[in-house]
Amino acid sequence: MARVISVFLPMWPVDRLRRQEDSPSDRPLVLAGRLGNRRVLTAVDTGAAGLGLVVGMPVSKAQALVQGLRIEAANPEADLASLERLAFWILQRIAPIVAVDPPDGIVIDSTGADHLHGGEDALLEALTGRLALSGVTARAAVADTWGAAHALARFGGDLAQMPPEALRLPPATVAGLRDMGFATIGDLMAAPRAPLTRRFGPELIRRIDQMFGDAAEPIDALRPPGLIETRRAFAEPIGAAETIARYIGKLVVALCAELDKRGLGVRRLDLICHRVDHELQTVRIGLAVPQRDPQRLTRLLCDRIPTIAPGFGIEIMTLTATITEPLAARQTSTLAPEAPDLSGLIDTLANRVGHRAIYRIAPVASDVPERSVRRIPALSEPTTEGWPDHWPRPTRLFARPEPIETMALLPDQPPVWIAWRGIRRRIARADGPERIFGEWWTREAERVAVRDYFRVEDDAGERLWIFRAGDGEDAATGSHRWFVHGVFG
Amino acid sequence: MSALPAHMVLATLRHRIAAIEGGHGPPLAVLPFGVPELDRRLTKGGLALGCLHEVAGGGNGAVDGAAAACFAAGIAARLPGQVLWCVTQADLFAPGLEQAGLPATRVIHVEAGDDTAVLACMEEGLRHGGLACVVADVARLSMTASRRLHLAAKGSGTTGIALRRWRRQAEASDFGQPTAAMTRWRVSALPSAPLPVQGVGRARWMVELLRARAGESFDIELEACDGTGHLGLPADVAGGPAATAGRLAFG
Repeated sequence: MARVISVFLPMWPVDRLRRQEDSPSDRPLVLAGRLGNRRVLTAVDTGAAGLGLVVGMPVSKAQALVQGLRIEAANPEADLASLERLAFWILQRIAPIVAVDPPDGIVIDSTGADHLHGGEDALLEALTGRLALSGVTARAAVADTWGAAHALARFGGDLAQMPPEALRLPPATVAGLRDMGFATIGDLMAAPRAPLTRRFGPELIRRIDQMFGDAAEPIDALRPPGLIETRRAFAEPIGAAETIARYIGKLVVALCAELDKRGLGVRRLDLICHRVDHELQTVRIGLAVPQRDPQRLTRLLCDRIPTIAPGFGIEIMTLTATITEPLAARQTSTLAPEAPDLSGLIDTLANRVGHRAIYRIAPVASDVPERSVRRIPALSEPTTEGWPDHWPRPTRLFARPEPIETMALLPDQPPVWIAWRGIRRRIARADGPERIFGEWWTREAERVAVRDYFRVEDDAGERLWIFRAGDGEDAATGSHRWFVHGVFG
Repeated sequence: MSALPAHMVLATLRHRIAAIEGGHGPPLAVLPFGVPELDRRLTKGGLALGCLHEVAGGGNGAVDGAAAACFAAGIAARLPGQVLWCVTQADLFAPGLEQAGLPATRVIHVEAGDDTAVLACMEEGLRHGGLACVVADVARLSMTASRRLHLAAKGSGTTGIALRRWRRQAEASDFGQPTAAMTRWRVSALPSAPLPVQGVGRARWMVELLRARAGESFDIELEACDGTGHLGLPADVAGGPAATAGRLAFG
């Protein structure tokens, strides 16, 4: 089953203008264009909409209503060109098949692309979040078909309850449907089809079928000029894994020759297989550093062959270098031994478990144990500083501290016994307390918070890292409950 | 009765066993622990490199694997190069590893979804050949999987350590099953070195070599890794008069 994301950009023309400005002003902004003989508003920003301006209003009326209104000329060509650039940005980061859905949308085939982002919901959230950060108002929805996703992103709710506008029809048809009393898509589906087709043409029924997946609607993937791509069409459809592997090898060699000519290396590589039944199968691999080594790229792609479902056969395969970076020739020496190159291993592992699951740990200047580490990319420059070595630290740290029962003298004695995971242990020796104060600059609740850490050893010799929330005297500093936070070796 | 002298018979037998095991590569190097009492009981005087080894914790250590992780970190720390550490649950604490001698700059962590993925990542790391050591937290390790890992380690000369760690104590009986690993260790926490004052001293372990190919099993009480990954022999176990005198002087 295909999954399609539709991104709706309700304020794209004004967002685009605002993004291009160096110092955005907060004056209400509207765009004006010509409709026949009249000058009307074609887009309004949030500020202007709050003042009662709407799209389609004559410019003179808007000027009369709002003083100091900023009016810019609408430029649909520039909007479309900019939308294509945005779509290419999404193509590089989200999924291999992306197309513009003019005038105000982008459509993404996310089939099989969501697992690298941690699921569909996380993908949608990341996408809209990143667009919002760059100043673009966006709403996104995912559905089984382009039509349904398009309607959900713009109208939301139940498909059958949506108005006929959700069907992507010409305005005249929508007006005609309204005149005949069709208020929702559900009404249309209940009506007999033949009279509708006779009156409105085949377009109406086609759009309904596309929305519910009864008619195919291929996404014409965006291919910006200058994209390095190799393509192979087969006289007979292919399906066997060995055959796919052989042609991947040929495509990669051709692609690498092209990259070599331009002095580029690839960071992200998309393999798209067009099946005879018009379905697409995509494989996307990412690389930690730019590469153009045919063997390595072939191996990474061939590792993913089991994820390709050839169906009745593949007739066209294309290989695209979606993200490229300059890769200059490098001088090597046989005299000085070099550090082994781990980028190949890291790419292989990252394409198997996801690039977020392979990392190094770097120190953070924080006393709070769980905040003293952060993850950095596996191939980043090594950090020189380590952690302060005053106190022993456990080998294993629990993601969340586990509550325990204890018997301890307040304020600063270690417990006499603890009961953890249902087992009671007598404490034979202890070190502490090591007092860790909350980071008052991060959260208000941590202004007075304190933890007292003890390193304790029970009768059997097991060493645990336990702490008490609070300083043992003042109830404002913590709950005075005890927790196990880690285990020493 | 064979006409050959006894040592010749043994040499021939060893040769034939080596041929069966497929040991055609270069002779295995070893990493001494630096504790003579431990090293002289190991074949060739140290831990064989370019092989698969198994380490598990004893008692509750079978679940948390803290002492076993520390033991593995100490071995990895003393090998030059980068270390790949594959886990299913990310609960390693990098400052703790650094105190066992393995700084964070030398470790690449891989968080794989399940045991199968961990084993696949470990094998990939072992085959690569550019790493010093590959450590993986695994629960189930079948004969086939361990054989693959062992061959991968042998092919590249990278040392592999399978850190056996189970979700429940009861599953630790799995440790009795045979695998292709070169050695099998169990590390259990013991009460720390006694101090003349209040407090926890240097950690101590009961290190048991449960199984070793072409070697004998034994157990020994040792002091845990210091800041360079070296183990120590407890003074009271070494049992010299000097140690006793030292303690008396403190007391």
